[in-house]
Amino acid sequence: MNTKIETDIIIIGAGPVGLFAVFEAGLLKMRCHLIDALPQPGGQLTEIYPKKPIYDIPGYPSVLAGDLVQNLMQQIAPFSPGFTLGERAESVEKQDDGRWLVTTSRGTQHLAPVIFIAGGLGSFEPRKPPIDNIEHFEDHGVEYFVRTPDIYKNRRVVIAGGGDSALDWTIYLADLAEKITLIHRRTEFRGAPDSVEKVMELAESGKIKLITNAQVVGLQGNGELHGVTIQHDTEGEFQVDADHFVPLFGLTPKLGPIGEWGLAIDKGAVEVNTSDYSTSVPGIYAIGDINTYPGKLKLILCGFHEATLACQSAFKVAFPDKKLSFKYTTVTGIEAL
Amino acid sequence: MNTIQVNIIDREGARHELEAPTDMNMSVMELCKSYELPVEGTCGGMALCASCHVYVLSDQELPEPTDDEIAMLDAAFFVKPNSRLGCQLKLKNEMDGLTLELAPV
Repeated sequence: MNTKIETDIIIIGAGPVGLFAVFEAGLLKMRCHLIDALPQPGGQLTEIYPKKPIYDIPGYPSVLAGDLVQNLMQQIAPFSPGFTLGERAESVEKQDDGRWLVTTSRGTQHLAPVIFIAGGLGSFEPRKPPIDNIEHFEDHGVEYFVRTPDIYKNRRVVIAGGGDSALDWTIYLADLAEKITLIHRRTEFRGAPDSVEKVMELAESGKIKLITNAQVVGLQGNGELHGVTIQHDTEGEFQVDADHFVPLFGLTPKLGPIGEWGLAIDKGAVEVNTSDYSTSVPGIYAIGDINTYPGKLKLILCGFHEATLACQSAFKVAFPDKKLSFKYTTVTGIEAL
Repeated sequence: MNTIQVNIIDREGARHELEAPTDMNMSVMELCKSYELPVEGTCGGMALCASCHVYVLSDQELPEPTDDEIAMLDAAFFVKPNSRLGCQLKLKNEMDGLTLELAPV
């Protein structure tokens, strides 16, 4: 039997705005639990631009995205937030007692009277090559991540991509698989120089087959993958036998299941009321890049403001009988939860 | 002169002649969004999503792509030799008459 995680606010998305919401909720003595599809907090700041400086955080002339996340984690530590990381929030159901049940991709269940959607650009999903029948072969020979390398043992594997993950897995699987073919659209690789050199050595010694200036344009098989069609810039199309095709083209954000939760959506963003950033469903709020309203700016600093106002409104939902009094941290300090 | 003309062929093949300011540090991606053309610009212009992928159809001299732009185009699809990311093309007077086609998404 699953035990459910119970809290005051379930925050979907552990980016900067979701993290700061924990602070503002904490000032009002509300506990928070964050869910994020990525394995670490910080959202896109950690995942895609940790080393980029941000210049418009009030009070910081310049701060690296990764450092801002670290600072936020430190700032919210007194309020002991919970985390469910590496799991995507899949479904939201209203319970008989009025609370919300949020279930993740791994079946973890969370209960709270209030949900904050702080999902940013959505959840990061693998970039899928535009091959007509590719979805037909997912989990039947096509994998977008290498999760269990052992499944490639003594198999014929085609890897596509030009970045570090394509290079690293080619090197790793060279010894394990029966045959590895690496396909890249250009001649140059942009991965780490050591990895590039190693892949070139493997290709020269015949341990792997390297095909550059080419891309995979078709997949064949009957239920299970048997081969791929490769289009070469100068040599035209040809087939390569394969049991597995592993396209590694990085991650791209998708709105994902949030779009199916019955909320009013406009052009991929959740519509909110700007007095408290509530959505069309009472008890569910949307803050940060995921929401939209007239005049919306996708800025971290605007998300912080949205989180602050949403917390005031959420308090009335979570504790309808309690009085809410607004206090300055300079007067009351921080009381840990 | 601080406006130029930029021509955008959308994904349905329709041609849009846009008046583009060159004194606002604006990119092709931002220009397309301001005219409500179907360019998402999801990452905000950091060369991280390729949702502003365009093909260059005219022969104005353009700045060379940075490593970031090349890396992103490596992971994008429908890439051709004349592919660029609109977010990395800042509008300049020399680009007057630039003609671009939106790449498929």
